[in-house]
Amino acid sequence: MAAPRELKITPIKNGTVIDHIGNGLSLEVLRIIGVGDLDKDSTVSVALHVRSQKMGWKDIVKVENMELSPRKVNAIALIAPTATISIIRDYKVREKRPVDLPEHIVGVARCPNPNCITNRGEPVESEFEVARRRPVVLRCVYCERQMDDFLAHLI
Amino acid sequence: MALKGRDIISIKDLSREEIEEVLKVAHRMIPIAEGSKIDRRLDGVLLALAFLEPSTRTRLSFDTAAQRLGGRTITIADPATSSVAKGETLSDTVRMLSGYADALVLRHPNEGAARLAAQMSDKPVINAGDGAGQHPTQTLTDLATIQEAYGTLSGLRVVLLGDLKYGRTVHSLAHALALFGAEIILVSPPSLKLPDEVTEHLDQMGARVHEEEQLHRALHDADVLYVTRIQKERFGDETEYAKVAGSYRIDNAVLSGAKQRLIVMHPLPRLGEIAPEVDAGPHAAYFRQAFLGVPVRMGLLSLVLTGKGT
Repeated sequence: MAAPRELKITPIKNGTVIDHIGNGLSLEVLRIIGVGDLDKDSTVSVALHVRSQKMGWKDIVKVENMELSPRKVNAIALIAPTATISIIRDYKVREKRPVDLPEHIVGVARCPNPNCITNRGEPVESEFEVARRRPVVLRCVYCERQMDDFLAHLI
Repeated sequence: MALKGRDIISIKDLSREEIEEVLKVAHRMIPIAEGSKIDRRLDGVLLALAFLEPSTRTRLSFDTAAQRLGGRTITIADPATSSVAKGETLSDTVRMLSGYADALVLRHPNEGAARLAAQMSDKPVINAGDGAGQHPTQTLTDLATIQEAYGTLSGLRVVLLGDLKYGRTVHSLAHALALFGAEIILVSPPSLKLPDEVTEHLDQMGARVHEEEQLHRALHDADVLYVTRIQKERFGDETEYAKVAGSYRIDNAVLSGAKQRLIVMHPLPRLGEIAPEVDAGPHAAYFRQAFLGVPVRMGLLSLVLTGKGT
């Protein structure tokens, strides 16, 4: 007989579950999600330091009544490349997928080069292309500066 | 050849065949640049020269190139006297100029400015240097100088000397040399080595690159010595600068062990890196290099604005 499952976070009716977040990175994920943008009746649950067969330890974030924009998913993919995103509708998992970094990432992070034209008040969004995938290194399409420290440069 | 109407932002935007085409056309432009032949293929063309960072040499070479081919120019030579000084964005300046002129040559203090300008402009944009970023017409001029001396770019041994970290001309040149299968030998003080990302990029291209601590050993068998400026402000203290600058000074004694055909290049202006005594010798190619900046820009303007090579 299987051991009874212990639910550390209660199920949600509608919303998004971000699982397999690297240990300790859930607060950054919350910052990307923008908890302040949620309606006042929505619950956000965060589980830190959860045992994981795959990862050893992981974090989990559940957000009620919110589905993430592609831009937010890209930002999560940058700092938590192992994360999976599940869309919950009426208590059921309707869609589950790993985060996937696209070839071009627009408006998610600032260029680390202070002298880059994208940091000088021009009406333009930052844009990076993936220079390397494992580990992820991005290259600014404007000044060609490379970046691997995403946490410090998220917008 | 598909350079007509193209933006020229980085040397990496050009294929080996496209670079060869520019060099071929540039070579044909030499008698026109010297004034011994007349060609007015840019008659009726108006070129905007937006130099939002002062650079007399590059600006005059573009101006000369356009006018030698019968084209005309409008110029922002000093950002302090232009709308930029009132706080206008580059995007607005570029949109305005692209409405006035047939193409835009941009020099700007910020990296990535030319790429942004190309997005904002519906006319071709040629990058004449963006901060510490790209300067493709300098690289094309460097290649033209080597090509003229040796008739080829492949299989040559090219020594890159000095500030390989901050010198933007060196990064673009190294890429282009790798594209043509030249061997690259790097000589620099430890604090001014080629950045890792440039080295990685060259490795990915399969380039033959190695470092050499001793200049005289690097020079043995070298075909080209490319000298860069070592800037004082890159060093914390004056004595360290003096030591490094002194150890890379090129004079006739240093060149005595080199091949007779070795050419010495420098993007100019020089700040004592090459002794004046070298100027009159057989190795000095830097004044020829400066001159070739004009026919190279003529060739590029011709290809971008008219599509005409011959």
